[in-house]
Amino acid sequence: MTDRVEVRKTYKLFVGGAFPRSESGRTYEVVAADGTFLANAAKGSRKDGRDAVLAARKGFGAWSAATAYNRGQVLYRVAEIMEGRSAQFASDVMAAEGLDAEAAARQVEAAIDRWVWYAGWTDKLAQVLGSANQVAGPYFNFSVPEPTGVVVAVAPQDSSLLGLVSVIAPIVATGSTVIVIASTARPLPAITLTEALATSDVPGGAINVLTGDPAEIMPWLASHADVNALDLTGVTDADLAVTLEREAAGTVKRVRGPQADHDWYATPSLSRLRSFVETKTVWHPMGT
Amino acid sequence: MSFEYAPAPESRSVVDIASSYGLFIGGEFVEASGGGTFKTVNPATEEVLAEISEAGADDVDRAVRAARAAYEDVWGPMSGRDRAKYLFRIARLVQERSRELAVLETLDNGKPIRESRDVDIPLVAAHFFYHAGWADKLGHAGYGADPRPLGVAAQVIPWNFPLLMLAWKIAPALACGNTVVLKPAETTPLTALAFADICRQADLPPGVVNIITGAGETGRLLVEHPGVDKVAFTGSTEVGKAIMRQVAGSGKRLTLELGGKAANIVFEDAPLDQAIEGVVNGIFFNQGHVCCAGSRLLLQESIAEEAVDALKRRLGTLRLGDPLDKNTDIGAINSAAQLARIDELVSSGEDEGADRWSAPCTLPERGWWFAPTVFTGVTQAHRIAREEIFGPVLSVLTFRTPDEAVEKANNTPYGLSAGVWTEKGSRILWMAERLRAGIVWANTFNRFDPASPFGGYKESGFGREGGIQGLGAYLAVDDAHDVGAGR
Repeated sequence: MTDRVEVRKTYKLFVGGAFPRSESGRTYEVVAADGTFLANAAKGSRKDGRDAVLAARKGFGAWSAATAYNRGQVLYRVAEIMEGRSAQFASDVMAAEGLDAEAAARQVEAAIDRWVWYAGWTDKLAQVLGSANQVAGPYFNFSVPEPTGVVVAVAPQDSSLLGLVSVIAPIVATGSTVIVIASTARPLPAITLTEALATSDVPGGAINVLTGDPAEIMPWLASHADVNALDLTGVTDADLAVTLEREAAGTVKRVRGPQADHDWYATPSLSRLRSFVETKTVWHPMGT
Repeated sequence: MSFEYAPAPESRSVVDIASSYGLFIGGEFVEASGGGTFKTVNPATEEVLAEISEAGADDVDRAVRAARAAYEDVWGPMSGRDRAKYLFRIARLVQERSRELAVLETLDNGKPIRESRDVDIPLVAAHFFYHAGWADKLGHAGYGADPRPLGVAAQVIPWNFPLLMLAWKIAPALACGNTVVLKPAETTPLTALAFADICRQADLPPGVVNIITGAGETGRLLVEHPGVDKVAFTGSTEVGKAIMRQVAGSGKRLTLELGGKAANIVFEDAPLDQAIEGVVNGIFFNQGHVCCAGSRLLLQESIAEEAVDALKRRLGTLRLGDPLDKNTDIGAINSAAQLARIDELVSSGEDEGADRWSAPCTLPERGWWFAPTVFTGVTQAHRIAREEIFGPVLSVLTFRTPDEAVEKANNTPYGLSAGVWTEKGSRILWMAERLRAGIVWANTFNRFDPASPFGGYKESGFGREGGIQGLGAYLAVDDAHDVGAGR
């Protein structure tokens, strides 16, 4: 042990591929599961939320237009970069959740594997969720899933890395863009993820990460006209969830409800992928 | 040149309308507990057709309980094979009674008999046939090996395609093993009540289908009833938003099929006569009372003048009048309230500076009518380019490039449908990929089929009706946390 004074870092938000401070200038203290100080994180505000929507909308054009093959490669690249930084992720998860080294390593491995799982889905979903439709007439008719658009998600409060990845990967896999609010008490694994994302091939605006309190930020995003869907997985306050659902009605946003006590290690179903796609059906006459 | 046609009215003698109707609950017609009634009228003549019961809170409760009992005791436990046979029976009965149902629909709704006979009722039968086949094959639909039903479905439908919307709601719900309480629109309850009789003829177990009549308040009571597991609504975006707020936090699954403001885009290389036919069908079918109507015509600038002339020429030959006449193209507007809304929006178009042209035709003295109308000189800021009119009114805009066409087509909070007319295959696919709408009709418009999923993007709602995708709206999908699941 040395008696060197450590360099402490104030973490920032991740919006549009850049690392801005909260425009509010606020930060909050993040402590480990045992109560020791870990870092200061930015306390995201309503304005930060709006900026993130702008970035996510801007990012949607290129990300949704990318080929599914390309999106799969980008998601796989995130897994590669995480693998190289797995020690840092493990120590973040260990501190955040109070896990032993083995359990933390297991969570990091599962999170990396989750990216790989969804990376493989990008170019198969249209074949699984789409269809050629046998209509009663001389028409060629087919249906394909398309990305919903800009999705705002609240990451699980407990599972700081695996839960987070399990929420954002299916959203971006189909071509939607995401603004995710990291676990309020355990944001450091999410912040480390943003540093990995910044050095990966994920284009700016496709994934945006805010830290702070969902109760403060979410009502503004739930009523924001340029948001297409909400994923309330990590909302633990039932009253807040109802408020957000009501706000979402203003522009008919798709809403996925809270999901507490989920076993994030279980292999996902298609449910999350289905939640943020729209089915488009195209008709064309057949004739000579 | 236009031809004179002798009147060719379809006979009313095939229908037998009772003077009053009760509520269909638990397999029998019962009186509404509050004793409230309202009248349904023929919009083409303003003649009162029948007195209809208004379901109150007690009636809604009774209907939901009947549906729950039928779900738990009979329909839920029944094999898919047997559910299928009931649905096949219903499909056959619809076919056998098709002429009666078509006339009844036209009397109550005001739509031309040609449409109710050739479009609405055949599609109703097709929907029951299609979904009947799914009932014992749900394990193959991609929702798990043994997907379970949700329970009791509350279904609220509009007046524009009364029996067809009933079929879109009831057929998948029953095929998946749910029981239903359905509320038809207050201005068009008669075919739903005739359908109750079809359920009786089919020996469908009591309580599997319950039909309760009433207006918005009855719908609200039904949607809010705690015994309901699933809510399906087709209607205005405004009411859809209200329903979303009502069911928030209840855990009820929800699907919404709401309004639209579809762009019908015609490129300069499109065969003009075919395109004009499609444009006319796109907006004047069913008097424009169609959520996916092509109410914004986007013409490539180089052909705009020629196309508008051709359009006006074609509209001059449409016959407006007695909906029961087999030669009628344009029937009656469904209600005085809807006519007032059309009038109001058309006035706004004139006030905001767009140029109005209405087809020269004589409107009958009684009933509610609106001549086919085209606005040119429309900008994207005009209300007639932004708001759903739900009437025979077309707003014409122009564009120069495919990019501009996409930009204008998508410049709406709605996203139900879109049309593209061009001979160039690569352009069709390029456009289809970029249009943010649930249905893209290329070189055709307003085609419907039970195998083809229907539903919108954005504020046109969520969830799909029809096809393998539509089944998800009525099944307990694994790990489902969607408020509006089945997407």
